[in-house]
Amino acid sequence: MIPAPFEYHAPTSLDDALKLLGSLGDGAKLLAGGHSLLPALKLRLQSVDHLIDIGRVASLRYVREQDGKIAIGALSTHRAIESTALVRDKCPLLAECAAQIGDVQVRNRGTIGGSLSHADPAADYPAAILALEAEIDAASAKGKRTIAAADFFVDMLTTALKPGEIVTEVRVPVLAKGTGGTYLKVPQPASGFAVVGVAALVTLDGSGQVSRARIGITGAAVKGYRALDAEKALAGKKPDAAVVKSAAALATKGVETTGDIWASSEYRAHLTQVYAERAITAALTRARG
Amino acid sequence: MASNPVIPKTIGTRVKRREDPRLITGQATYVDDLRLPGMLYLSVLRSMYAHAKLGKIDTSKAKALPGVVAVVTGADLKGKVGPVPCPAAMPELKMPEQPVLAIGKVRYVGEPVAAVVATSAYVARDALDLIEVDYDPLEAAVDVEKAAETGAPVLYDEFGDNVAFRAPVANPAVDEAFKKADRVVKLRIEQQRVIPMAMEPRGVVAQWDRGQKSLTVWSSTQIPHLLRSQLAESFKLPEIKVRVIAPEVGGGFGAKLNVYREELLVPYLSMTLGKPVKWTQARREDMAATTHGRGQVEYVELACKNDGTMTAMRCKIYADLGAYLQFFTAGIAGFTSLLMHGCYKIPAIAWETIGVFTNKMSTDAYRGAGRPEAAFMAERMADEVAAELGLDPVAVRRKNFIPKEAFPYATPGGLMFDSGDYEKSLAKALEIVGYDKLRKEQAELRKQGKYIGIGVSTYLEICGLGPSVLLPPKLKAGGWESSTVRMDPGGTVTVLTGASPHGQGQETSFAQIVSDQLGVGLDDVLVLHGDTAIVQAGVGTFGSRGTALGGTALVMALEKVKTKIKSIASHMMESPPDNLELGGGNVFLKGSPDKALPLAKVVEAAFGMKAGIPNLEPGLEATSYYEPNNCLYPFGAHIAVVEVDADTGQVKFRRYVAVDDCGNQINPMLVEGQVHGGIAQGVGQAMFEAAVYDESGQLVSGSLMDYAVPKAAMIPTLELDSTVTPTPVNPLGVKGVGEAGTIGSTPAVVNAVIDALRPLGVKTIDMPLWPEKVWRAIQAAKGGKS
Repeated sequence: MIPAPFEYHAPTSLDDALKLLGSLGDGAKLLAGGHSLLPALKLRLQSVDHLIDIGRVASLRYVREQDGKIAIGALSTHRAIESTALVRDKCPLLAECAAQIGDVQVRNRGTIGGSLSHADPAADYPAAILALEAEIDAASAKGKRTIAAADFFVDMLTTALKPGEIVTEVRVPVLAKGTGGTYLKVPQPASGFAVVGVAALVTLDGSGQVSRARIGITGAAVKGYRALDAEKALAGKKPDAAVVKSAAALATKGVETTGDIWASSEYRAHLTQVYAERAITAALTRARG
Repeated sequence: MASNPVIPKTIGTRVKRREDPRLITGQATYVDDLRLPGMLYLSVLRSMYAHAKLGKIDTSKAKALPGVVAVVTGADLKGKVGPVPCPAAMPELKMPEQPVLAIGKVRYVGEPVAAVVATSAYVARDALDLIEVDYDPLEAAVDVEKAAETGAPVLYDEFGDNVAFRAPVANPAVDEAFKKADRVVKLRIEQQRVIPMAMEPRGVVAQWDRGQKSLTVWSSTQIPHLLRSQLAESFKLPEIKVRVIAPEVGGGFGAKLNVYREELLVPYLSMTLGKPVKWTQARREDMAATTHGRGQVEYVELACKNDGTMTAMRCKIYADLGAYLQFFTAGIAGFTSLLMHGCYKIPAIAWETIGVFTNKMSTDAYRGAGRPEAAFMAERMADEVAAELGLDPVAVRRKNFIPKEAFPYATPGGLMFDSGDYEKSLAKALEIVGYDKLRKEQAELRKQGKYIGIGVSTYLEICGLGPSVLLPPKLKAGGWESSTVRMDPGGTVTVLTGASPHGQGQETSFAQIVSDQLGVGLDDVLVLHGDTAIVQAGVGTFGSRGTALGGTALVMALEKVKTKIKSIASHMMESPPDNLELGGGNVFLKGSPDKALPLAKVVEAAFGMKAGIPNLEPGLEATSYYEPNNCLYPFGAHIAVVEVDADTGQVKFRRYVAVDDCGNQINPMLVEGQVHGGIAQGVGQAMFEAAVYDESGQLVSGSLMDYAVPKAAMIPTLELDSTVTPTPVNPLGVKGVGEAGTIGSTPAVVNAVIDALRPLGVKTIDMPLWPEKVWRAIQAAKGGKS
């Protein structure tokens, strides 16, 4: 398992990283935790002329509360997100999602920015990021912009990031009382990636009606998506078992589910609906406190 | 064996593995750890096609890469090295020639096409990408049954079809029994291909000594002595000029019980280039180009009476051989057939085995090698009989067990079962799991829509090969094992064993045997293995034979050394040798440990030669060879309890109980370790693992991202126990336990899942029991289809 030769760069500041990325152009690729890129390089599924290792850019490693949101530096590891009290207490859905990525070794190295930028269709984050309607900051030599989660995932392994951009921060909301969320996944037994992963986030009003529902799904299709029909079917309803079931049945409506040796397209669609039902049910239980 | 009430024996105690400290602290030396001066590195270009004609191979760009020393193709090696030796022989067996690098055609994805030698492993790997190969792709024969049909793409034009052998063993008594049967149950069983996946992939280092004209080969192998014989023959060198070393070997599971192309290629290039050459297999290469296990499609039929008595059994086995024949490729289905009846007294059996070439990696031995397939057949059929007749699966087993009074038991296939008490291990397992209570609980939970399944497997296997006639006819060794025991002048003991342990723990268990027999401490014993220049002779470690055969050879050699020790001590203590015993570092009078002579004094006499003993030959050393007169037949009862999520097809373990009987146990901790690992691999086959080839012959599950070796959390919590039914075949009374867990577990798990879903009408699901397959079986059964 030996990758093809490449030049290695290790900038220590975001500015230096952006300059390198701008000047080296198409032949350059960013290395964060390395858990997607390095295997691809070693298997020679991918080759690069320049590897820009941003692991030393310390300014991108933080988790803090600001302006009523939780701001997470792009180089924060899954393990940091899973174990930081702030995330666990105020946005448990994200902590729960991070805790289900790979294994401890993977979580100690892999980063949220790297995972999102890679946009593996079976990665865990997209489900939670979409359900939480996170904001993703990207910087380039030209400046900085914010991308809404709903706009971020474009296609398989493709994001809204432009050449020369680096994800710098991910912001998720502090979840209010009356809101409950969960992430449930079917791990692929070999890789640990999600055969299907469902993040459900629901808010109940004082009368017990669903005032807001967000359902993010990963693994089922070429990219993570929001199950908008299912969300609509819950909104404004008293969510009894029948309502949840019929909403979950809409989780793959209009979506072309993918197939592989672990799950055919048909079975994947079925699993998505079953897990959507279970995730919504669990989220409701939490929302009721 | 010496008996002394005062001195505790180590046999039967949980001595910690003496191998482990160096292994778990990363201080062991594997093949890849070797660094020799001037060493070159080999990388192998492998076919991306399952079946293709080879056109021009352009190596010029690769040769031009700085650091590249040599690039070779099949044409360069033709007539110089190879073919790969294969000792298989059976009537009318079609034996293809296996070149070291492909010539004319490639026949599986991963087949070596060219090789690069360079000054670093990196350059060697880079150069592979610069070799241009013209392939003319052909349709591939992938499915074993279709490959056997007329009109299938043919791997070897010279053979006309893909059927390597067809071995029917008819039996009129079977036909008669089927005619008279009250019921006949039938199953089609797929034993999917699995990948052995030793933690250490294969690797070879070769060094040609120009001055000595001798070859040293380090290989990650289970059979250093056999490899030496084959290399000597292949390179036309006397055996004394070939030394094979198996350093630390990180698992084999049968897949390193072979001579592979690279084991010829690396030495050849070292001899040609005059430099040491190293090759280390990458994981994906290991998955594509190290032998696979299983790979059978079986049609099984069983005749029985209405009370559940089994009267006859027959099967037709399609053996998916892959593209070439390795050592045991052609022989494994034979083992399956012979043992298809398992531990049941079925008077008549018949079978037909059909070996079929396919455009895939060769199959060969993998932890159990033919016996897991047999046990699976017997255990699945026992459950089918129970279901057909509305009987409890345990009752069917009890009705048909070969009773303990029947041993030695002559089987309908011509084997002689040494000893057994199948009821005893089953009863213990049932008690531990609380079978009757569990069945009640299952019925209750079914009412709540929960699907609990209880799967019983009362397996049996054959191990300790064994009488030499059972090994491939052209193999350059019989079924024996050898051992030397040498006391050193300082009183320590060196053991040289021909068994070549690679994880089994014989450095510990053999030291225990020595310690008990000679009365020395465990730390005073060194067990050496895996080097043909050190160990006198050997066959190797496979088929659960290490302790039964190697251990017996050791006991025999120890007897000789003890006799000499007693003879010397007899002079010094003025007491007849028969009146002496060894223990606690002393030689003492039987029954009077206080009347003792330190063993060190005897050693001093044997080496110093100043004790005035007449006619004493110096030294304390003896060698013994042991060939058993029969195989060994361990057995046991495994019970899996699972819960199936009927909405998704996901299977969860609730319990797992295993009661194994491997005869006497030298070290119960080692026995448990073997059972743990064995169950992990057996559960792996039942639930997770599959070498999936698509229609074009691509290995779809060719990396650890797609091939699911179970992780710790995927294995049930194991509740282990054992019964002890010693074998009369060897003086230790030991059988083997290396494969038991694998053999017992796979059918237990599948039976459990089927048992859970039986009320829904599910009768069979092909392994591995991936959730989608389970879900589809449920859907089909619900839909009235079966």
